[in-house]
Amino acid sequence: MGRVAIIGVGQSAFVRGYPGSIRELAFEGFKECMADAQISVKDIDASIICSAPEYDKQRSPAGVFAEYLGLTPQPTFYVESLCSSSSTGVKLAYSLIKSGLHDVVTVIGFQKMSEISSAESQERMGRGADIQWESPFGTMMPAYYAMYARAHMEKYGTTLEDLALIRVKASTYGQINEKAVYRKPVALEMFSDPQSPMSGPVASPLRVGDCCANADGSSCIILASEEKAKALSKKPVWIMGVGAASSPVNMAGRDLFTGLAVGEEAGKQAFEMAGVTPKQIDVAEVHDCFTIAEMMAYENLGFAKPGEGKDLIKSKETYKEGSIPVNVDGGLLSKGHPIGATGGSQIRTIVLQLRGEAGEMQVKDPEIGLVHNIGGVGLYGNVTILGRS
Amino acid sequence: MAKKEVDDRFKKFGTVSFTGISKTNDFVQYLEQGKVMGTKCKGCGLVFFPPRADCYQCLSSDMEWFEISGTGTLLTYSKLQYGPVGFEGDLPYCIAVLDYGDYKVFGRIAGELADDEITVGMEMKTVMNQLPNGQLNYVFRKP
Repeated sequence: MGRVAIIGVGQSAFVRGYPGSIRELAFEGFKECMADAQISVKDIDASIICSAPEYDKQRSPAGVFAEYLGLTPQPTFYVESLCSSSSTGVKLAYSLIKSGLHDVVTVIGFQKMSEISSAESQERMGRGADIQWESPFGTMMPAYYAMYARAHMEKYGTTLEDLALIRVKASTYGQINEKAVYRKPVALEMFSDPQSPMSGPVASPLRVGDCCANADGSSCIILASEEKAKALSKKPVWIMGVGAASSPVNMAGRDLFTGLAVGEEAGKQAFEMAGVTPKQIDVAEVHDCFTIAEMMAYENLGFAKPGEGKDLIKSKETYKEGSIPVNVDGGLLSKGHPIGATGGSQIRTIVLQLRGEAGEMQVKDPEIGLVHNIGGVGLYGNVTILGRS
Repeated sequence: MAKKEVDDRFKKFGTVSFTGISKTNDFVQYLEQGKVMGTKCKGCGLVFFPPRADCYQCLSSDMEWFEISGTGTLLTYSKLQYGPVGFEGDLPYCIAVLDYGDYKVFGRIAGELADDEITVGMEMKTVMNQLPNGQLNYVFRKP
């Protein structure tokens, strides 16, 4: 059975208040991806549309997008796993191609979060948890991740300053990423300055600066069979490993509060399939919806031992010049997190890195890259390992 | 023909309930009596909190109720300064997880506890709580 390649990547700018409808937003990522792949819509055998539900009024967006993007009469369907929707879409596309059913599949992720208010958005996110037994207490994403932060700090002595350093790193690259919603610098001192919005409490111990920004955006990835990739593309990037996992939704069903079990399990699967170790990863994108999420990802993926994630960020090993560059496109923290578009955007970043096309954000000569994308509060996890050869 | 009565007692659980009908509706009845209850599978003995109507281990739906008693260890918590739509009046409040050994309980810490009275690792008990809007939930208190 042949390999599967990524032959095209694209994304819209991640913005606040996109001035168009969701199909128009999807078009932005699709257009950039088609220009990148240099293929025609007739080359695409199927499309997978990904988002988290209930941010817009459109039921079943797949058919609407397929029409707008000229992808009919080919099959299309919708997939969701909250914030990891589009990496789930990529895994499904991989499976469709690997099975021999299709040769070229496009995965489009989108979210127009500005269709609803911030409080309503938090309510939707809260309902991505257990609506029968947790949501009636008034739960929100920041508070769930804050419980993980508290447990991590208690067990390992991780400090709020360690977490803030992750946001400072994100802003370093957000400033040079023209697709990012948050382009301003963030300094460590801002977290202790009561005048700075970064220091404002959200859900203890997390502060405003520990949280990513809502945004509108779309992403698009085109995958192809080995045969088609060689025929259609001059610069294919190969999928070496995919892993996916789920966890109990209710916090009462979890055993681990200092890491995300789904990240660990999905990572294990992907490393095993790719036949590589964490040390061989040259550049990574991890799901930093909150600073603590990136810290846990370091440890869950084996870039650091449990409790030693703080040493990686303190020694700047996850900066562009470090031993394991992580989120050198600004991450969700600075780039923004349009839920359904995020996984595809992370994959785009790694593909550009492996091709040597990441511009100012380029890491030196990477061979193997990793994408870690989490849905809900560690409810779903996807890890994808990509290689240049 | 008389209209069939709908058992939607679960609507009373929490500041805002998102579930009206559940086979675990008796949970709310017990809360009204001041008891916080979980379920135990009569088939294989597996213990559940939150309560469930069905056992994934032996696929039995024959459950008995048991009371959450004694104390659990506070594993972690967070104090919210912002709440979702419908919860603004409760702010600020703490959500938390208690470990009872055989099971864990997710809920809120009682509002009267000051920040410096809450520490990870402390023992707490789970008690029924009446909310200002007449709804019911449960909270964690010092034993």
